[in-house]
Amino acid sequence: MEALLSVLIGVMTASAVYLLLRARIFPVVLGLSLLGYAVNIFLFASGRLQLNSAPLVEHGLAQLPDPLPQALVLTAIVIGFGMTAFLVVLALRALREFGNDEVDGGDKP
Amino acid sequence: MNHLVLLPVLIPLLAGSLLLVAGRAGKAVERSIGLVATAALLLVAVLLLVRVGAGELLVYYNGNWPAPYGIVLVADRLSALMLTLTAVLSLASLLYAINGDDRLGSRFHVLFQMQLLGINGAFLTGDLFNLFVFFEILLISSYALQLHGGGRARVRAALHIVVLNLVGSAIFLIAIGAIYAATGTLNLADLAAKVAIAGSEQAGLLRAGGLLLLVVFALKAALIPLGFWLPPAYAAASAPAAALFAIMTKVGVYAILRVHSLVFGPEAGAVASLLTPWLLPIGLLTVIVATLGVLASRELRRLLAHLVVLSAGTLILTLGLDSEAATSAALYYALNSTLVAGGLFLLADLIARERGEAQARLDREQTVARPALLGTLFFVGAVGVAGLPPLAGFAAKLYILQSAFLHPAASWVFSVVLLSGLLVIVALSRAGSALFWRSGDTAVLQAHSGLLPTTATTLLLSGTAALMLAGGTATAFTQATAAQLADRTAYIDAVLSNQNLVPSPSEGVAKDRSPFSLRDKVNCAARQGESPSGERGCPGVQGESPSGERGSSGGEGPLEEKAGMRGHKNQSVTFSAPLTLTLSRKERGLLQHPPSRKGGS
Repeated sequence: MEALLSVLIGVMTASAVYLLLRARIFPVVLGLSLLGYAVNIFLFASGRLQLNSAPLVEHGLAQLPDPLPQALVLTAIVIGFGMTAFLVVLALRALREFGNDEVDGGDKP
Repeated sequence: MNHLVLLPVLIPLLAGSLLLVAGRAGKAVERSIGLVATAALLLVAVLLLVRVGAGELLVYYNGNWPAPYGIVLVADRLSALMLTLTAVLSLASLLYAINGDDRLGSRFHVLFQMQLLGINGAFLTGDLFNLFVFFEILLISSYALQLHGGGRARVRAALHIVVLNLVGSAIFLIAIGAIYAATGTLNLADLAAKVAIAGSEQAGLLRAGGLLLLVVFALKAALIPLGFWLPPAYAAASAPAAALFAIMTKVGVYAILRVHSLVFGPEAGAVASLLTPWLLPIGLLTVIVATLGVLASRELRRLLAHLVVLSAGTLILTLGLDSEAATSAALYYALNSTLVAGGLFLLADLIARERGEAQARLDREQTVARPALLGTLFFVGAVGVAGLPPLAGFAAKLYILQSAFLHPAASWVFSVVLLSGLLVIVALSRAGSALFWRSGDTAVLQAHSGLLPTTATTLLLSGTAALMLAGGTATAFTQATAAQLADRTAYIDAVLSNQNLVPSPSEGVAKDRSPFSLRDKVNCAARQGESPSGERGCPGVQGESPSGERGSSGGEGPLEEKAGMRGHKNQSVTFSAPLTLTLSRKERGLLQHPPSRKGGS
């Protein structure tokens, strides 16, 4: 499971970096979202991976997951969502301002 | 419990929320709310400064949760100093803004207060994840403040900042995850204690996490190679926003200093002095690149933005010297450079307004309406920022060089700092002569109306003179701050000492259960996991311990029964059932064992 998870995180991060470097708004937004997912799964894994444990709490089970990373992931998801929404609105404004979807606003200074 | 520590976070939050509602009541109401809140902030910051000046560490336990589990706010000398600096800067920016700049876009005052909330929170928090949250608060407000007024340059700069900082946030989270995986805590004091005893098997993760943190904070502090976003952004931002942003790079530097001195200090075991070898080279590189930027600037605001980068670089290289004297010098320098940079941004806007079409471009096309006043202010600011006598910039640079004297890399520090100082003087005098010494007869434009902007600018620029006059007091304080930063055990003890706190709803009953602090319970849980029979009565955690008491604990019976049945020394302890329920529900996460409500069934 560790190998699967790390490969998953790695592939998502690599795709995210590729998309970010496209320097056009839509790929960049997608890339940032992917990066967010990768980071959240990484955060989640920082509480250790366990099989057959309760999702959060179950009486009678000795093995309980660490709830803190879950709380961190929740916070990170909320913040990431807000930031992405802001970025999309900003991108629309930039599109109106520059008439193109490049992060640099095209070649014109 | 000292509620004063919470106020610098609470005041902007309340004022910001109020402003959201009061937006319809008109500009006058908005402005007065903003002003009152910011003035109150200054008052609170000064009060805090006085309180912690005696060396006391004020710790605020949110919700009265004990330290490593709950979230803490910590005010020490460094935090209070930065809070006061922020309050002074923001008050002056706001005074400038209410003359009309707050009409350029909507919701300026709300964003301004939220920005202050983020900055103050970042200075006060004693928790790594909360630092992330406060960073996000200050960032999202800064994006919107950056956009304040609109226009192509601002939109483009904001787009860059948003994308860069979103990537930065991702890296921050990865660093937090790595550090949490290695230590199991995010409380800075607890982290410092745990990192110091971390084994070599955790060193890799800790090293990765610590250096990733450096990357994130370097992005915020605009250190080269991560600082190229700053000059276009600050040059484009509206004047009050740019003046407030002068503190933003210092937030990054503060975070580096805090993490560096507390968590990855010289006593940090396997990762001792993790950041130290990086700071000096990064600082030197930043100063060199920023100096070139200052020389190449053809517009006053861009020149000032490069000066902001330069001051961040100087701070980092001074911190890289890694001595108490150097930290003290860096703090003194930070005070001076922030005030002067803020003042100069406001001044640049005054100049740009009076030059009409020519704006703040460094050419001789247009002169200003009040050359004597603005020229004098510019002269004071230039002297203050370039480090010439008799103003505080000079004392700060002298202090830095003095602290570098015996360092092995002293030759690098001396040559880079002095040469950059010379080039900055050249650039500033060229800028000043282009702006003010124009001999021609172009029609003089109308002076920018209002006394307020000039007052705000003068207030900030006179900060450098005040720092020079009160130099003895200021350096005594920064020295005490540096000494306090070096004494990490005091910080750890102050934060972690209050283990016997219990969540506030049960405070009344707390005395009843005083034999068990939360920490005791955790220890109990750990101990019961190890040894067949718990060493003491551990209420609520004996559930799955292999002590063989499961059968005898009587199923759903109240805990007082169980504690009694266990027959240990804590028989007198009684619990009220609802209290036990609340506590155990909250503690469940802390203990890796579930409470034993279904124990024997």
